[in-house]
Amino acid sequence: MATATVPASPASPPLRPPAHQVSPRAIAWWQLRQLLWLLVIVVPQVIVLLALGPDAPTWLVVTAAGTGAVLLVYGIVVPPIKYRIHRWEITDEAVYTMSGWLVREWRIAPISRVQTVDTEGGPLQQLLKLANVTVTTASASGPVTINGLDARDAAELARTLTETTQATPGDAT
Amino acid sequence: MSSDLGVPVAVETPWRRLDPRMLVVGPVTGLIRLLPVAVILLITGQGDVYRLWIAAAIGLLVVLAGVVRWRTTRYRITPERLELHTGWLRRQRRSVPRDRIRTVDLTSKLQHRIFGLSVVEVSAAAGATAESAGLSLDAVSRAEADRLRRELLDRSAVSLARSTPAEEAAPVQELARLDWAWLRFAPLTFSALAGIGAVFATGFNLVDDLGFSPRDLGGVGDAGAQLGAVPIWVVVLVIAAIVLLIAVVGSLALFAEGWYGYRLTREPAGVDAMVLRVRRGLLTRRSLSVSESRLRGAEIVEPLLLRAGRGAQCQAVSTGLAGGLLQPPAPRAEAHRVASAALREPTSEITGAPLRHHPRAALSRRLTRAVVPAAVVVGLAFLLGRLVPALDWIGPTSLVLLPVAVFLGIDRYRNLGHQLTGRFLVTRQGSAVRRTVALQRTGVIGWTFRQSLFQRRSGLITVEAITAAGRGAYTVLDVAAADGVALADATIPNLLAPFLPRAPG
Repeated sequence: MATATVPASPASPPLRPPAHQVSPRAIAWWQLRQLLWLLVIVVPQVIVLLALGPDAPTWLVVTAAGTGAVLLVYGIVVPPIKYRIHRWEITDEAVYTMSGWLVREWRIAPISRVQTVDTEGGPLQQLLKLANVTVTTASASGPVTINGLDARDAAELARTLTETTQATPGDAT
Repeated sequence: MSSDLGVPVAVETPWRRLDPRMLVVGPVTGLIRLLPVAVILLITGQGDVYRLWIAAAIGLLVVLAGVVRWRTTRYRITPERLELHTGWLRRQRRSVPRDRIRTVDLTSKLQHRIFGLSVVEVSAAAGATAESAGLSLDAVSRAEADRLRRELLDRSAVSLARSTPAEEAAPVQELARLDWAWLRFAPLTFSALAGIGAVFATGFNLVDDLGFSPRDLGGVGDAGAQLGAVPIWVVVLVIAAIVLLIAVVGSLALFAEGWYGYRLTREPAGVDAMVLRVRRGLLTRRSLSVSESRLRGAEIVEPLLLRAGRGAQCQAVSTGLAGGLLQPPAPRAEAHRVASAALREPTSEITGAPLRHHPRAALSRRLTRAVVPAAVVVGLAFLLGRLVPALDWIGPTSLVLLPVAVFLGIDRYRNLGHQLTGRFLVTRQGSAVRRTVALQRTGVIGWTFRQSLFQRRSGLITVEAITAAGRGAYTVLDVAAADGVALADATIPNLLAPFLPRAPG
């Protein structure tokens, strides 16, 4: 797990990136997900095109090619960028994550305020031995989620977090 | 039942039932609703007897359901929890740990008040286990409701096992009461719109229940015919005037009904615990109790019209509570005074603190975000006018949106502000509804920093203070990137320190 260098520009917040990257297989996961979208959106258009043959309207050819190209380029270009951005770190005091592509997001939750820790993964993630870790605090405003961790790392992380939080008394509000 | 098993339980807290008078209230409410319809049906002879039979059957079912509910509902307060068992075919056993109880809400509608009853609603923080987040007792006697309220909010009872009920520990302290001059703010609030809705809904329901269409009335048909002869702008003006009148009258009525007898008090609830209590209502009496130890701050809410009339409204920011109005629409100074009285801090330390302005870059962002959508709408309007000749007036008319958008953008920028005081983080934003929040620094349980591509270009970020109270997150919008992080770092010392570049490791 490499440590990143801080792009020292006044425009970005003076926070150093979290220490760890997610699993490199997360790239494959994001790309596979993109492939599924490609299938769902483009394949029906292609089927209609083939069925109509020469009678197919020109705009359908354009939309099929257009959506296909956009999804393909997005699927090839964006996942590696996301992989570079998505990072996480757990210290004795806090959970710290960084995510997002167009909209960057840094989240910090003190360990003492953590209420539950969940790991979960969809079929694609299970295939790639990946998992998401969701850390919930007492707030209604959304939990801290780390996507695309190695499944074993995720389980280990959830175990440590749960142990730490159980040692903290009170209802964490 | 556990008592039948002969387990040697030292002191088993006895189970209690709902007040038997609730058996009457339910059916009576139903009957009152059915009565006018039944009478009219009988007189006009429009409805067939078959409809009456259905009504009677429904009435019988309501009575039976009430009896079953009364027989099967039991509750008790043990030293640790509030337990409620309900249901006949599908049994429910719910229990709420007492140390998680946030608010206790008493409501008595008119029919409850006639019989001296109250509905008790208990809300609690959702726990990690499958525990209920809240429950309601519908209904118990007013005295019992008051006893429940006091006992449930008395957190010390958990440890002291109610050996000494220290009722006289501190006197009830009145923080605010209703001033009828505030009625002038009623038409400036959202309830004006709600007033229209309420009036129309009632009228429509009545008409619909009676099963005839307004067109059947001779007068309406005539009026329709006459309207055809009058120029369209007169019709529009008359209708607008009527709607405005209904809105004003409706909002005055809603204000009077909702806030009659309003009092905000601080009352003792146990040895060291204090609660804030809001009591109000003419027909429906409402009582909201917020445990002071759950209070995390206050929010001054100013919808545009109310702000123009120099009015405001104060809301509690408390865990396990989304709304929590502490007062009716009132003069701005009064709203700040109530916030200050509730939080026991001088106004300058909370919602009245002098705020720091946000960078100029935030102005262009606010302007872009207001003007661009407006420009899109104007463009579409012109396009529509070009395509449909009958609508060619719509394009020029839509130009009005542009100055409005510019005004909103500038106003939104002018309202942006934040400040860190001794114990509070104060932040303000919004134009259509301006919100000034004072959040206890110790109530912040995390941070989110967010930066879009556009924000990155102008060096701004959005900081969200995460909290267990109120809406869950309170934002400081479009602050300079470095200032935003510094603000968060100063609010809770040490949390961010390891993640700042200057820190070792």
